[in-house]
Amino acid sequence: MTHSSSDVIIIGGGPSGVAAAIAMRKAGVGKITLLEREQHLGGATRHCSHSPFGMLEFGRVYIGSAYGKRLEMEAERYDIDVRYGHSVASLGEDGRLLVSSHTGLETLAAKRVLVTTGVRETTRAARMVTGDRPVGVVTTGSLQSYVAFHNLMPFRRPVIVGSELVTLSAIWTCLSHGARPVAVLEPGPHALVGAPLNWFPSMMGIPFHRNAEIIDILGAGRVESVKIKRGDVIETLECDGVLFSGQFTPEASLFQTSGLNVNWGSGGPAVDQDGRCENPIYFAAGNVLRAVETGGWAFREGRSVGMAIASDILGDVSGTAPVKVTYDQPIKLVVPNLIRSGTSLPGGLKDFQLRFARYAKGTLFLTVDGREVWQRRGTWHPEKRITVTRPDKTRSAENIHFGFRGEG
Amino acid sequence: MSMQQPHPRNDIFDVAIIGAGVVGCAVARRFALAGAKVVLLEKGSDILSGASKANSAILHTGFDAPKGSLELALVQAGRREYLDIHAGMNLPLVETGALVCAWTQDEAARLEAIAEQGRENGVTSVRLVTPTEALSIEPGLSDGLVAALHVPDEHVIDPWSAPLGYVNQAIALGAVVLRQCEVRAGSFDGEWRLETSKGDLRTKFVINAAGLFGDYVDTRLGFEPEFQIKPRKGQFIVLDKAASRQLKTIILPVPNEITKGVVVCPTAFGNILVGPTAEEQDDRNRATVEHDTLEGLVAQGVKLVPGLAHIPVTAVYAGLRPASDKKEYRVIARPELNAITLGGIRSTGLSSALGLAQHALKLHGGSERGEFAPRAAPDVRMPNLAESRMRDWQAEGHGEIVCHCEMVTKREIEAALNSALPPGDFGGLRRRTRAGMGRCQGFYCNSRLAEMSSGCLANPLAIEQEGGK
Repeated sequence: MTHSSSDVIIIGGGPSGVAAAIAMRKAGVGKITLLEREQHLGGATRHCSHSPFGMLEFGRVYIGSAYGKRLEMEAERYDIDVRYGHSVASLGEDGRLLVSSHTGLETLAAKRVLVTTGVRETTRAARMVTGDRPVGVVTTGSLQSYVAFHNLMPFRRPVIVGSELVTLSAIWTCLSHGARPVAVLEPGPHALVGAPLNWFPSMMGIPFHRNAEIIDILGAGRVESVKIKRGDVIETLECDGVLFSGQFTPEASLFQTSGLNVNWGSGGPAVDQDGRCENPIYFAAGNVLRAVETGGWAFREGRSVGMAIASDILGDVSGTAPVKVTYDQPIKLVVPNLIRSGTSLPGGLKDFQLRFARYAKGTLFLTVDGREVWQRRGTWHPEKRITVTRPDKTRSAENIHFGFRGEG
Repeated sequence: MSMQQPHPRNDIFDVAIIGAGVVGCAVARRFALAGAKVVLLEKGSDILSGASKANSAILHTGFDAPKGSLELALVQAGRREYLDIHAGMNLPLVETGALVCAWTQDEAARLEAIAEQGRENGVTSVRLVTPTEALSIEPGLSDGLVAALHVPDEHVIDPWSAPLGYVNQAIALGAVVLRQCEVRAGSFDGEWRLETSKGDLRTKFVINAAGLFGDYVDTRLGFEPEFQIKPRKGQFIVLDKAASRQLKTIILPVPNEITKGVVVCPTAFGNILVGPTAEEQDDRNRATVEHDTLEGLVAQGVKLVPGLAHIPVTAVYAGLRPASDKKEYRVIARPELNAITLGGIRSTGLSSALGLAQHALKLHGGSERGEFAPRAAPDVRMPNLAESRMRDWQAEGHGEIVCHCEMVTKREIEAALNSALPPGDFGGLRRRTRAGMGRCQGFYCNSRLAEMSSGCLANPLAIEQEGGK
């Protein structure tokens, strides 16, 4: 087992990880090591054989795979020590990481560690869907890697579940690779991304059903059909696959298996306004904080947290106890979910990001030490991002709370 | 490269074993070691594709088995043999211990009798403990415990590598394994002629280890049926590896007449599983998972071990146990017909398999009669999949990690695909390597596995190669 150390280690070479590396290099950080478990940079964007990626960060449009290549170029240009095929097995309290690669196990250490491990979709197992467990049930990411990396298809006539942006990607991937979705199902009353899902599938001749869910998957070897419930009607759809799209969840298992704290609302590590975790050696940025934003958003967030780390690394590890940001139902998550007093690093997470767990009407408000400092009335949709400018006084507050007054 | 298995049409086997579940695999090994010429017949596309694919992976002590029963004797014999051979075969033994937990006064009142039964069954290490003692043994337990019985010798093993190891030893001694080979009929005239989906074969002796189809196979062999299989479905949830920080001990409920009940149990792979349910059904093929039941299992796990709250569900599965119309094992020897039936092995088969195999050899009598020349156990070392010991990703030269959730290496997958008994289907590949078993359920590795296993599996992952490009 070998040991080596860096100023900063970044875990995950998606948009946020690479952006953070570049930002830190620009700010003069010396040794930056980026660990990527795959053989390429790009993370989830590599799976997407469609545009647009890169508009804001690189001033031009790329399809997913080309965007990853651009990140590789940038990493090289900024002399980032990228180690491909390196999987992190555990995060140590002291910033030491246990890492596996083809040369075996090694321990890497750094002054700061940035975790940018992104997201995964919720699987059929985690959704606990009733039925047989045949071959042919996949997520969008899995479908995309079938076609993008291996030129294979897991099915020809899938039923697709979900109505997020990624669902459009799933439909598009099917259609452009000779598969014809049988139907698209959304369990809720509305498509989660309204406009495109309301017209795109039907324009392609694919039925899009709201209030519809799979209640049984049938098939001995491969998927043969699904039973669906549409409102009160139960019907059977013949198909040869099921694609569960979206319901992204942060890939925060490294934190959990290492015994570091995870925020149950966001599903990601708890972070403060600098992107710093409860253990002040660790930082996090990008979609691991909260599912799910675009590659561009992740890139900008990575860059911003990278700037904070570059500044933080000049001082000692600042471990003041953070204040937890609390919130009412039906708010699902708030990021950052910790605030540390005293620190004012450049960059970091400027705004509060919120999501609602369900559709709700009413007034969202923020109180700092019991005083209401912000409010907005409106109709709130699940999984839609809400940003609230973080008032400066939160940095010296003892109590920060997002409340909700519902109407009807 | 994978071993080409000869078509056995012209051979006469000493023993044909019908069913390659954990029992069939152990019996094949035992007879091969004894020196018999063995054929193992499996109708599924891989071994362990029936009841043996879904269990709670506990190596039982027999503390709660019926006094004086064959089941007790065979569980204990099987356990002893496993303890003897596991190190040599590189099979894990996770010494978790178990706590039988009483949450009501009623249940607590029944613990003393269970402790007494344990001692009478020769499990002298059982001990009644107070809630405080129980919590010091297992700090993850919830409050509200009334009393508990500590059974320190209940352990956890790898439920798939073990039988695979048994069958690999048999193969190394020349046993023939035929998959997708269903026995349709049999006739006996001093020697058996079995009609199978892969043609006829001849054997001197037949052992029925067909599990869920044990009674059907008896009928097909022309026997008067002596029992009826009543499939009992068990659903399980598997919690993410993060859960393993929350629980180190097997948590058993106070059993009732029907079932051992729902267990919360660490696995050798670093997960926690909760299950099984016990649901009677007629269908012997379909074992569905059901949303509400699975949610109930999650809730039950969290109730007993509060630290499991919020831990993601990694996998769900369901299996059928071959219960019969009576509680006990249905072992039937028909010496005049050169046949043995090992039936109704409902929930302790993993623990008793090696014991059942010894018992079957004794019933056969060939060794005592000097019909066979015993052979030394061949050196078979299984790839380690247990978290408690060094895995391939921790070693040099593993190529790369293909399945990141379960840390499965390219070298491990290639080794499985090129082994003496390569996986016959995707489930078989997962059981041999754990690839795709983790929290992302193949988000990353599924397509890669589809490519690596192309042409190897029944129900391939990818439906067809796309043309062009």
